[in-house]
Amino acid sequence: MMDELRELYQEVILDHGKNPRNFRDVEDATSHAHGSNPLCGDQLVVYLKLNLGEVIEDVSFVGKGCAISVASASMMTELVRGKTVDEANDIFDHVHHMCTGEGEPSTANLGPDADRLGVLSGVREFPVRVKCATLAWHTLKAAIEGGEDATSEA
Amino acid sequence: MSDSAVNQAANQAELQETYDVERYRRDFPILSQTMNGEPLVFLDSAASAQKPRQVIDAVSAVYETEYANVHRGAYELSARATDAYEGARAKVRDFLNAAHDREIIFTKNATESINLVANTYGRRFLQPGDEIIISEMEHHSNIVPWQMLRDEKGLVLKAVPVSDDGEFMLSEFKNMLSSKTKLVAITHTSNALGTVTPAAEIAKLAHSAGAKVLFDGSQAVVHMPVDVQALDADFYVFTGHKLYGPSGVGVLYGKEELLNAMPPFMGGGEMIAEVTLEKSTWAALPNKFEAGTPMIAQAVGLGVAVDYVTAIGMGRIAAHEQDLLNYATQRLSSVEGLQIIGTAPVKAAVISFTLGDIHPHDISTIIDRAGVACRAGHHCAQPVMDRFGVMGTTRASFGLYNTRSEVDALVDAIERAREFFGG
Repeated sequence: MMDELRELYQEVILDHGKNPRNFRDVEDATSHAHGSNPLCGDQLVVYLKLNLGEVIEDVSFVGKGCAISVASASMMTELVRGKTVDEANDIFDHVHHMCTGEGEPSTANLGPDADRLGVLSGVREFPVRVKCATLAWHTLKAAIEGGEDATSEA
Repeated sequence: MSDSAVNQAANQAELQETYDVERYRRDFPILSQTMNGEPLVFLDSAASAQKPRQVIDAVSAVYETEYANVHRGAYELSARATDAYEGARAKVRDFLNAAHDREIIFTKNATESINLVANTYGRRFLQPGDEIIISEMEHHSNIVPWQMLRDEKGLVLKAVPVSDDGEFMLSEFKNMLSSKTKLVAITHTSNALGTVTPAAEIAKLAHSAGAKVLFDGSQAVVHMPVDVQALDADFYVFTGHKLYGPSGVGVLYGKEELLNAMPPFMGGGEMIAEVTLEKSTWAALPNKFEAGTPMIAQAVGLGVAVDYVTAIGMGRIAAHEQDLLNYATQRLSSVEGLQIIGTAPVKAAVISFTLGDIHPHDISTIIDRAGVACRAGHHCAQPVMDRFGVMGTTRASFGLYNTRSEVDALVDAIERAREFFGG
């Protein structure tokens, strides 16, 4: 029993959950999106600053959520900063497939990023928690695409 | 202690001794399951209760031996189905101590019952500027239909605040009442806090202001005896699945004169007296409000659930659950960092709590691995979560089948969650 829980709540997750990185807004954000999980009431906003519409120069988030959703958002901001929009989309596909088993795995070579994201894969053993892990990523995608709202139902 | 308090304590002790919880547990097949390798500790009856064998068998028996559409066929089987369906209505009437069977309307659930009143009574009798009073601790089902009606009709919707310990603030309610108040819609027991509201007093005050009163009794009927005539409720709603009955059936009680004055909710078969291509006339109560083929087997199942709790005795169930509530409150209070949200003096066996800054979903996942099923989140009552400044809570709710040792399992699991997150 504890093994599966340790798999879900790895030290990295607990650390990011308690001390989220880039937990702030971006004053000169070029776009932002609001994400919510209507089931549990979790809410967050992801801010993006795109350079020439291509490169993610800055990314951050604010909001409230469980350890999984906050950790996932925190790790996401670290991973996609400095990436191009296309690269961020590849990472989204990778995370989405890893957490849900749905869609196609990303064919892009994500290098060490893939290993870092592996800690999120523990949610697959906890189907009711998958949306906690994916909420921030759906919100990022909405911000990239210029949408305003994303939900974990997306 | 006063004499009455002594008597009450003695009665409670006697009830406890004769309450054979292990025997009742054996009636609920699902409770013998294991969850994640641990015995299932089901503490989410406020969301939906488990079903005793008697209800499960009754629903099967409807389909195996007496199923046909009701109020239609002239043949024996249809008559038997109609008798079973109407028999369930009589049981519910008895359960609520309503005056007449025709004051009991079967609906899909409590939500539909409230929407029925909003769409018929509300639309017909409320005028722009009229006021509806709810409370801060309503379930969304007793908020949203009134907001929709308000927006459609230009009404004013007010909410009675709750105190820091989760009590309904009667004095504030008195101040809100006026000749403009036309409807008061209040929970009889809060699903999020467990607070039992002073329903009889609320009804009296509402009536003296000339308003009608609706009680959401979904959480109340499962925890205590309810008498709609003693409360002088104009409308009283509850859902079947929280009362150990099937999902898909709920109840609207309404005083006959009000139900007669109200237009139908939905149009269709069953609810008519006569139909021509030009116009239709309505059936008498209760059929006027039961358009289409009703939830036949579910209603019969609800009738059997009512029989089941009545045979045990609602008073005895209430005493058993109060013992669990007191024990759980005491044990949970000793957990470091745990804060109970909702500490009103009169409560049903529902305990909402926070644990440091650990998110309720994280707590729920950890204790689920120990077999303990609790609800986590806002409990479809976001305004009251806002009132207490929390995103959500973890909620343990108790039913007639829960035990003190299950409370111990809950506390052990919570301690584990606290250690896990270094709380």
